[in-house]
Amino acid sequence: MKPLALILHASGTNRDQDVAQALELAGAQACIVHVNAILRGQQRLSDAQMLVLPGGFSYGDALGAGKLMALDLQTYLADSLQEFVATGKPVIGICNGFQALVKADVLPGWDDLPRAASLVNNEGGNFYCGWVTLRPEPNSVCLWTRNLAQPIECPVAHGEGRFTVCDPGVLDRLRANGQIALTYDGFNPNGSQADIAGICNVAGNVLGLMPHPEDHVHPWQHPEHTRGVTAGSGLPLFEAGVRAVK
Amino acid sequence: MREVCITVSPHLPLDTRSKNLIAAAPSAGIEGLRGARVSDLYFVRGELSDADINRLCADILADPAAHDVAWAEPVTSVPAVESSSGQIIEVAYLPGVMDPLALQLQRAAQEIGLSPIEAATGTRYELDAPADCLQLLIERLLYNATVQRFAIGRIDPQFAESASGGEGRVESVALDGLDDAALVSLSKTRLLSLSVDEMRTIQAHFASQGRAPTDVELEMLAQTWSEHCCHKTFKAIIEYTDADGKTEIIDGLLKSTIRKATEEINAPWVRSAFVDNAGVIAFDDNWDLSFKVETHNHPSALEPFGGANTGVGGVIRDIMGVSARPIAVTDVLCFGPQDLPFEQLPSGALHPRRVQEGVVSGIQDYGNKFGLPTVAGAVYYDPGYTANPLVFAGCVGIAPKGSHPTGTLPGDRVIVLGGRTGRDGLHGATFSSDALAHDTGQVAGTAVQIGNPIVQKDVMELLLRARDAKLYHAITDCGAGGLSSAVGEMAQQSGGVEVELAQVPLKYPGLLPWEIWLSEAQERMVIAIPASNWPAIQALCEDWDVEATDIGTFTESGKVVVNYADKTVADLDLIFLHDGLPRLNLKAVSGKAKSSDYQKLLYQYALEPGDYNAHLLRLLSHPNIASKQAIIHRYDHEVRAGTVVKPLAGKGGPSDATVIKPIETPGHNRGFALGIGVATCTTDNTAFDPVCEAINNVIAVGADPNQIAILDNFCWGDPKSPEQLGLLVKTAKKAAESAIWHKAPFISGKDSLNNTYIDRDGSRTNIPGMLVVSAIGILPDVTKAITIDFKTPGNRVYALASTTNLNAEGVISLPEYDQLFRLIQEGIIVACHDAYEGGFVLAAAEMCVASQLGLAITEHPFKNLGWIKESDRTIGWFGVITDCLIVEAKTEISDDEFIYIGRVTAEPRLVINPPGDKTPIIDLPVSELTAAFKREGKYAQ
Repeated sequence: MKPLALILHASGTNRDQDVAQALELAGAQACIVHVNAILRGQQRLSDAQMLVLPGGFSYGDALGAGKLMALDLQTYLADSLQEFVATGKPVIGICNGFQALVKADVLPGWDDLPRAASLVNNEGGNFYCGWVTLRPEPNSVCLWTRNLAQPIECPVAHGEGRFTVCDPGVLDRLRANGQIALTYDGFNPNGSQADIAGICNVAGNVLGLMPHPEDHVHPWQHPEHTRGVTAGSGLPLFEAGVRAVK
Repeated sequence: MREVCITVSPHLPLDTRSKNLIAAAPSAGIEGLRGARVSDLYFVRGELSDADINRLCADILADPAAHDVAWAEPVTSVPAVESSSGQIIEVAYLPGVMDPLALQLQRAAQEIGLSPIEAATGTRYELDAPADCLQLLIERLLYNATVQRFAIGRIDPQFAESASGGEGRVESVALDGLDDAALVSLSKTRLLSLSVDEMRTIQAHFASQGRAPTDVELEMLAQTWSEHCCHKTFKAIIEYTDADGKTEIIDGLLKSTIRKATEEINAPWVRSAFVDNAGVIAFDDNWDLSFKVETHNHPSALEPFGGANTGVGGVIRDIMGVSARPIAVTDVLCFGPQDLPFEQLPSGALHPRRVQEGVVSGIQDYGNKFGLPTVAGAVYYDPGYTANPLVFAGCVGIAPKGSHPTGTLPGDRVIVLGGRTGRDGLHGATFSSDALAHDTGQVAGTAVQIGNPIVQKDVMELLLRARDAKLYHAITDCGAGGLSSAVGEMAQQSGGVEVELAQVPLKYPGLLPWEIWLSEAQERMVIAIPASNWPAIQALCEDWDVEATDIGTFTESGKVVVNYADKTVADLDLIFLHDGLPRLNLKAVSGKAKSSDYQKLLYQYALEPGDYNAHLLRLLSHPNIASKQAIIHRYDHEVRAGTVVKPLAGKGGPSDATVIKPIETPGHNRGFALGIGVATCTTDNTAFDPVCEAINNVIAVGADPNQIAILDNFCWGDPKSPEQLGLLVKTAKKAAESAIWHKAPFISGKDSLNNTYIDRDGSRTNIPGMLVVSAIGILPDVTKAITIDFKTPGNRVYALASTTNLNAEGVISLPEYDQLFRLIQEGIIVACHDAYEGGFVLAAAEMCVASQLGLAITEHPFKNLGWIKESDRTIGWFGVITDCLIVEAKTEISDDEFIYIGRVTAEPRLVINPPGDKTPIIDLPVSELTAAFKREGKYAQ
């Protein structure tokens, strides 16, 4: 049976269809569920084998990107999310989902040092959409990325994606724990510290990343496909997540 | 009340808003801004303890990794406070302007368990600047009087409810006995934009009824009869005198040109043209595509962010109004020169640089937040658009075939969905139907609004489900004219309507009945449903957090009856409302029009012999031609995972068109291309054909030439000027001819007239008339799409060009297009680029830039035209050319229409060298071409 991937939709979520397509191609059954349906008990997180917080502008990114989605996670879903994470099931937060996971303290997820990191305005000052290359960090514990053989090429599309830590020791700790999952290879589109594009929790089952591997799962999505360039599919990342479902 | 101030921590690098402000000052003509720090202000009011406020700050407002936070009881009415860094300026929205941040803060406070609060927001600028440049800073960079207010020192916050007024008050407007002058004056003071003829018609109508109209009735008539809503110029009877003095009567310009072309072409795949909110074509066996382009010029002139923002929001609602899911956005923008000296700025106008920044931010905000790829567009600079910029926003939608119901039935409930109604956007329909004056911002400030894309997206999600469950009989968006327009139009199908205005949910109390009826508050849709479906709609509203209200009944009474708290405030005859407008009689003459400054420049380059290398580099770095990457990267053009050909091609070249594969149709590789053609249209420049340009652009990426539909958007000056109208007539005729030639039907269009600016001294300036054509073409297989960049050194390059190029007009025939399409499908043609403005040489150079490969041209492309140097008409080479495509082929093409011109070279150089000549006409390294195109190094702005 295909694992059920629950894609959490809040007001303003918009890359839910994109990630649903990627997960279906990777062998999961994708189900887009509104936060309201969970609040009313019509759906339960625990019914799913994977959890996805997709991209978009939840609540319009009012008061900071992903901030109010993070508040939902902390207010309404704290226990069920914590349980989901603790059971080791794969969780991925992409772009706005990453912002929410960081601001809800799920990532990097250190009890002794809450809000150790954040995602703030791009260094360039504006929203930026363009393609980047992501290097899977070889010593990462992240189940989504640790076995990826090839770099991923995919777009970024965000205004607040600059990974920032509250003090330099945080970077050392992330490195030591193997929590840095993906880094920008070459072009860093937002000025993120240490070129960090994605991090995971200590256990490695929760990945958060700014770029959109779900928007590169067909060869024709690559910007140079008309020149015969089709390298760097994002599909293996989602396949790794699906494989990790026990 | 408490004031919370959020500042980026001093230990972080200066935040980008502050940096941008300091960087922007010199180009705004302001010297002396030495430093700035921008902070966010939140004002909250409610039953809050200090502990509550601390929680609000810690849990919601401040990011500990990025912010410093401080709160206090605000100190108000302190003039010109000196902070540690100098002056303090605070800016806040005017009461009644949409403030999504404040709304979300109120919601979030409840979510963390605080008692209900009221919230307002603002921005604080701490400026290290001499006092004498403060006023300029405020005017040029910090605030816009149309939607904001400012204070030197601390601002006194105003919460939403303080926008109050009378309630339920209806005024009877006496028309009896008013003479023409009095009628005109009444139309002017009430911002009705009605002519004396129209006022007389209304006067006579109510005289026959033996009563005076109410303000609600008068406002509804003015809105329904506005140029914006009913396009009376395009329906008028026009007496047109051509250049030879011959006169003809045109019985409706739209009907006799654009729509006639569509009828003549009679394409079987057109599902709906000109009858609904958007044009609709077949996509595949199961899905239809809809396409609409709207303009939002006057609002964007006054408040560029809000104007463009709600322009995008409005056209998205048009697509929702044909029951489709919006899937892509386009935008074409016309601005004044970015380097215009401030002394030359017309009074009351915003500087073109500020207009551009605001417009681009507004499009970015709505499109990105709604989750739509903004994919096709153009930016056009000309001094003629300084005081009256143009913003064309387009949207494509997809819907299951036959899923859009269009029949309101008597007895159906009138349901309004989405945003609440406020005093925002009053008189939008009428104010946009009049000239723009230096003081319009003060007079019609409420006409401009700011959008809330998230609310509209929720409404869309709900409506798609309501459509699939077949819950509604008809749907219309609330655009210009608000409920008055939407409900008034829907009432035509059933034959009447009765509405209770007191039911309409309001943002704040105190709106007058006519204000509720006419408000153009954003993010609202109206549906007609059988009463039995009301519970199902309410359940969907719960799921999607959308507000829906039953405000009345569609009837067959022949009347539009509007009540407020059971008192009838309008009782209008439906036939008079929609058909009572006297038809306009207008005169048009074929006059000699000025070329736009940009066109003059093109002709100058084209016709001046000389250093052709220098010509080419000047063209490439011209703002109209140079790379638009700085804007493109600010729009999300990848969301929805279907952008097959992107706005930038190869290594940063300009794409002719974009190609989209809708995520809804995974079973096949069918997709569509979007292309744009623009031209300022004047009688002299027949070579500019935006219809041909738009069509060639989609063909160049691989669209099937037999399945291309087009949209027309005319932006023109004062139609009462016979010369202006003459140009419009001529342009519409030519556009129709070109559409017929290409067998590409128009499926939708919109005109925006009265783009005329009245300066303080009363002088009137019409914009250079602009026709934007948007093409949508089907690709049977998106994996066969091609781009403009050369692919492989050694490949042959051909021109598919006009054979009789003497006047640079296009003559590619349909069989030639079919042949091109076949060769693309077979993979023989691997790159293609359409030449237009800037001519053949510019197009060749762009193909080099996009690939970083070279091109050696050794044969000339034009059968009846010599090399540049031999020809007395270099226009096709450098100025403008219609119908000329340059293609790269993997193998030899043996077709006489494809003229061999040279080869792609590994050496990155563009060389045009006639055989036997020692000196090439053009010889430039691609690095130089690239620097010019991207305006880098010595080509920087």
